[in-house]
Amino acid sequence: MSKIKMAAPELAHVQVDGMTREAFLARSAIAAGTVYGVATVGPFVREAFAQEGGGDLEILNFALTLEYLEAAFYTQAVKQVSGLSGQAREIATTLRDNETEHVDALTQTIKSLDGTPVKAPGVDFGEAFASQGSFLETAQTFEDLGVGAYNGAGPMIESKEVLAAAASIVQIEGRHAGVIRLLRGEQISPSAFDKGLGMQEVLDAAKPFIKA
Amino acid sequence: MNESKTRAPHEVQRSALDELRQEPGSRAQFLKMVGGAGAAGALSVLIAACGGDDEKDTSSSSGSSSSGSSGGGASKADLEIVNYALTLEYLEADFYQQVLDSGEVKDKKVGEVAMEIAENEQEHVAALTATVEKLGGKPAARPTTNFDSVLEGGEKKILETAATVENLGAAAYLGQAGRIKSKEILAAALSIHTVEARHAAVLNSVVGKSIVPDGAFAKPAAMPEVLKAVKPFIKS
Repeated sequence: MSKIKMAAPELAHVQVDGMTREAFLARSAIAAGTVYGVATVGPFVREAFAQEGGGDLEILNFALTLEYLEAAFYTQAVKQVSGLSGQAREIATTLRDNETEHVDALTQTIKSLDGTPVKAPGVDFGEAFASQGSFLETAQTFEDLGVGAYNGAGPMIESKEVLAAAASIVQIEGRHAGVIRLLRGEQISPSAFDKGLGMQEVLDAAKPFIKA
Repeated sequence: MNESKTRAPHEVQRSALDELRQEPGSRAQFLKMVGGAGAAGALSVLIAACGGDDEKDTSSSSGSSSSGSSGGGASKADLEIVNYALTLEYLEADFYQQVLDSGEVKDKKVGEVAMEIAENEQEHVAALTATVEKLGGKPAARPTTNFDSVLEGGEKKILETAATVENLGAAAYLGQAGRIKSKEILAAALSIHTVEARHAAVLNSVVGKSIVPDGAFAKPAAMPEVLKAVKPFIKS
């Protein structure tokens, strides 16, 4: 019964009921590959499995990179988008604060696991802040991407504490996505199921906003 | 319209669908209603990965909770979680159906949102039912619900209740995430969890509540808490 101490106190409440070491090992990509054969593990895990396999720390750093991007995006948006409506401004501010908290919590979690948190990436959001419309459109891209990224990584997470933290965060990303879509007059969910995305798929989508 | 593309081989989708079609009654009916292929197809990928020669728990033996022994197949505990989720989805689907039938929601935009959510919940019911069957389990029965007190309360009460139910649903899925043993079922649960989260935040926004009532980290709800909260709406 190995218990990982979460450094981030905000995450303490998301720890869930006990599970044996075997049980969460069985959930790891390697175990699944052994049991089912890699080919049958399915699209939810296959891509990421092929590329990474670096365990929870890599997943956490992957998530941290995305959260850094999102936090920077909303921080700049609140300052730069001119004529942001009351509701859009309120949402942008809430999202900025949430993403910043995610960055802090993930950074502390990585440190508590003796990992090295990735640095904040350089960002370039192009013309996203030219108008409220372009801001919200890009925000929707980010939030849907965040949902897919966490949902794709979730089943590969070995530690139940890290999984609980990731699931707690992805619910917030889902909430963001829904509200942005509502404000834009879009379907609040593109599908009844938010399919997980592979890491490479996510990184490819995020790349245009990363400046090296 | 925008069905997520599944990459499963066709025969996999067909076999899951065939199973569903053989089921008379409500399941097959509303599979037709929501455009069966999409609904069943979405999770057939997951289901396929769980199938094969996994231990099949019939839901007969009661009591003992020894399950985590085999290396990642569908355990009895996982089946119970999927059936728990199915019960909640039945409740949600019924609720929206009754809300839409009541004609109490007058606002056009809100009505469209309710319609979209209703369709999502119906797809969740279909997918979870198919998942239980594929795992060799017995799907939970559709509960008999009673939302009269809510419906009689008018639009405001209806929307507030919808928001409460969605926030509870999201918390319920979050509460199970760490307990699910099969990674395929976990992936399925996660894919539904964030859709409930979208619903919750949108409805919170509609009724003027915080879109993130727990702050930046969502709180889970355990099974007894959730079941107690929905009990008033279940007649049997």
